[in-house]
Amino acid sequence: MSALFGKHGKHGKHGKHGKHERHESRLPWVSSNTTPESDELVDSGRRSALKILGLGGLVLAVGPGGVRRLDAAALTAADPWNPHVYVKIADDGIVTILCHRSEMGQGIRTTMPMIIADEMEADWSNCRVEQADGEEKYGSQNTDGSTSIRAFLPQYREAGATVRALMEDAAAKEWGVAATEVKAEQHEVVHTATGRRKSFGSLVASARTMAMPARERLRIKSPAERRWQGKAMRSIDLVPVTTGKAVYGADVILPGMKVAMVVRPPVWGSKVVSVDDSAALKVPGVEKVVRIPESPIPGAFLPLGGVAVVAKNTWAAIRGREALKVTWDAGPHATYESKAYKAELEASVAKPGAPGYRTGDVAAALASGARTVKASYYMPHLSHAQMEPVAAIANVSNGKVEAWAPTQSPFDARNTLAQYLKVEPANVTVHVTLLGGAFGRKSKPDFVCEAAFLSREVGAPVRVQWTREDDVRNSYYHSVAAHRLEASLDASGKVTGWLHRSAYPTISSVFAPNLPGPTPDELINGASDVPWDIPNMSVEVCPAVAHVRIGWFRSVNAIHHGFAIGSFVDELAQAAGKDSAEFLLQLIGRDRVVDQSKNGMVEPPKDYYGAAWTDYPLDTVRAKNVVRTVMEKSGWGTKLPRGRGRGIAVHRSFLSYVAMVVEVEVLPDGTVLVPKATVAVDAGFVANPDRAKSQMEGALIMAMSNTLHSEISFAQGRVVQSNYRDYQVARMRAAPRTVDVHILQNEGMPGGIGEPGVPPACGAIANAIFAATGVRVRELPVGRQLAGWSTRATEDGSS
Amino acid sequence: MITLTVNGTRRSFDGDPTMPLLWYLRDELALTGTKYGCGIAQCGACTVHVAGRPARACQLKMETLQGAVVTTIEGLHPTGQHPLQEAWREIDVPQCGFCQPGQIMQAAGLLKNKPKPTDQDIDTAMNGHICRCGTYPRIRAAIKAAAEKQS
Repeated sequence: MSALFGKHGKHGKHGKHGKHERHESRLPWVSSNTTPESDELVDSGRRSALKILGLGGLVLAVGPGGVRRLDAAALTAADPWNPHVYVKIADDGIVTILCHRSEMGQGIRTTMPMIIADEMEADWSNCRVEQADGEEKYGSQNTDGSTSIRAFLPQYREAGATVRALMEDAAAKEWGVAATEVKAEQHEVVHTATGRRKSFGSLVASARTMAMPARERLRIKSPAERRWQGKAMRSIDLVPVTTGKAVYGADVILPGMKVAMVVRPPVWGSKVVSVDDSAALKVPGVEKVVRIPESPIPGAFLPLGGVAVVAKNTWAAIRGREALKVTWDAGPHATYESKAYKAELEASVAKPGAPGYRTGDVAAALASGARTVKASYYMPHLSHAQMEPVAAIANVSNGKVEAWAPTQSPFDARNTLAQYLKVEPANVTVHVTLLGGAFGRKSKPDFVCEAAFLSREVGAPVRVQWTREDDVRNSYYHSVAAHRLEASLDASGKVTGWLHRSAYPTISSVFAPNLPGPTPDELINGASDVPWDIPNMSVEVCPAVAHVRIGWFRSVNAIHHGFAIGSFVDELAQAAGKDSAEFLLQLIGRDRVVDQSKNGMVEPPKDYYGAAWTDYPLDTVRAKNVVRTVMEKSGWGTKLPRGRGRGIAVHRSFLSYVAMVVEVEVLPDGTVLVPKATVAVDAGFVANPDRAKSQMEGALIMAMSNTLHSEISFAQGRVVQSNYRDYQVARMRAAPRTVDVHILQNEGMPGGIGEPGVPPACGAIANAIFAATGVRVRELPVGRQLAGWSTRATEDGSS
Repeated sequence: MITLTVNGTRRSFDGDPTMPLLWYLRDELALTGTKYGCGIAQCGACTVHVAGRPARACQLKMETLQGAVVTTIEGLHPTGQHPLQEAWREIDVPQCGFCQPGQIMQAAGLLKNKPKPTDQDIDTAMNGHICRCGTYPRIRAAIKAAAEKQS
């Protein structure tokens, strides 16, 4: 498993036609009664697909090597083929597409079927989406790393094009004409010469027995032929979401279900010394107190353990837990203090680290520069604080485990449940609900394991409900990070040397004990692969030991990389006496296309965000285009009154180029407002531009939280914060009045969308604050640091 | 025994009188559109209407709701076509969608009092609601669009 920024490579029930009938059933999975019992030859993965899609009709599956028709007889358990995409056309023409990725706000439940339906020439109002369970057979379902479209676009297109070709073939055969004489058009096939039409539904019977169209014959639509791809499509779940009928994790209700709250270790690795449950058991509605064994740390995805109060409803569980008295031992990380740890990280980056990128002779360059600039940056731990605190429902009976969870990775959830409860994965079913925000938190199924453990212990279905306090105090945290950057400039202000060192506890530390720190591989998340044209560079990582669970958080290391690099470049521009945007363009330098794995990268990892390095070379023209676009569209260079300022940054992560100009207004009390932001994105082909725009809007606002407000700190090994009162995030008042997003649409290989907006926003916000106030903030969050700024002397911009 | 009206239906409750309305709605009535986000009135995800005004369901104990008239997102409009719900869809506001029922209920309260809210009115009314996906600009736009349509 690559634990860097994703684990790539690792592995509603509807009415007939009504658009507003989706998700009417509270529990579509439970009511599903379509198991093909007779079909013993179909292995479990495809059986589960057929179960969700229902029997009959025409079912096609797309996986490595192409598309196959899913007729049971041809598929045996011994067949190793792993299809990712399933499409069904029922006899009445209704198209059902099985979504194998989790929906957490990025819009995949809309974008995936939209691409397939477009290529199929389906009528969108006749298309439905069903959510796939966790199954090895869907390939990696891990919805992280901004991968959903970039990893699967060709398969989605091929799926659609295959259905279209098959429908055309079937109609041509029925009419006795050549396939070239017919054309699929909005759920029908038309005989061009005569205008005769046959509906998709009416062709299913023929299509079921015809030869599959050869792959070479498939024709993916040209840009001009596309109806929705690259244009717009309203999100598919809008009606249930806006009427309160959408089903998130905690919304699943099973008959006889109990509700559990768990007291978890206050310090990573601390263990229960004693439990006094006498008062808890007296609380009306409390039924049982159950010990969950502490998992040995680091523990990966396993539950922390602790003591659970199981009750007949949520309120009884809350009151019962309040009455429970648990004492803990100190634990191995009770000395973790954020203030001291910051000093440790700063000491770590003061010494040379392990290089991830090296070119030229940086020491010589720094020694001979006309001017050198040094700066240090710090970013604290963050917690995802997704709006839906984690919750899961499980029912364990007769050795079978069935779980419902808002999980980003149902396949990991399934395997972890099997490992934790010591059952075969085949006996574990994981149903995916909608995710009420996730941002990386919900790729870890620890909470799903808690529900299953407790269900087994009490012999009833159990919902484990985390409170907000649980979520803030027992999460997997984004790494705290310290950066030290040093650069030399020649007399003309050109950068000749660049030394970048960073230290942060690594995500890998939850998988392997006692890791000394991150590896240089982690630098390719936007630090060793920066687009700069600098002859002498060294990018290094330095040791940092983890004292708490570290986990993926939207954009991962690119958050602090983006903040530190984005800020430092702006500081260099100041030192060189140049316009920040012009300086960026100069730093990116000459037009070039570079395979970065062959260009100074020290022992580059095999893949780049799960993709081939050769598929995604650095293209500096694209980097400069996004910068020029935001310069032009933001009014860059025009004057703003004191207290207002613009900041610019560009960053490449998750294989996409994003530049931002953020305009801030800093009030005398230090409050930062964002009147306007301009964003330019080159993510290759963008399938659903409005959802991409919404991701950029959200990325900017999440970056506002990251830079201005949020901090998780530790004292005596315990998280200091508890809820949104002290773990603050951006709110409406400060939110941008205008976010002007420019998608630089092209036919290139798709890049990520969910994550790459955050890193440049972090830098741009910090730079805008400097432009507005003259105060250079190098330690996040900004918090109260700007209070009274207007009466303070202006800093010089370097340290 | 506490009797109250929820979405037009008379209900009675004889459980723990300190139970917050939020958990009554979710656990007892299976009205799960009202969301738990923080439990301390910091996020607004549990916003419902009591006597026609937005209120945080996590803060209202059942014992204080004798005779109360409660409306949840499920009861905001009989067919889910409140101008705000329509505007939310038109502008494609939600990302994950979890906070949106609370946001819509708050905005409905705002429009009732101020059919033509200014930016300032919107910011003040909505500042108690967190959207971690960052849909704030679209929420503002949708409130304005709904206000426009109503007038």
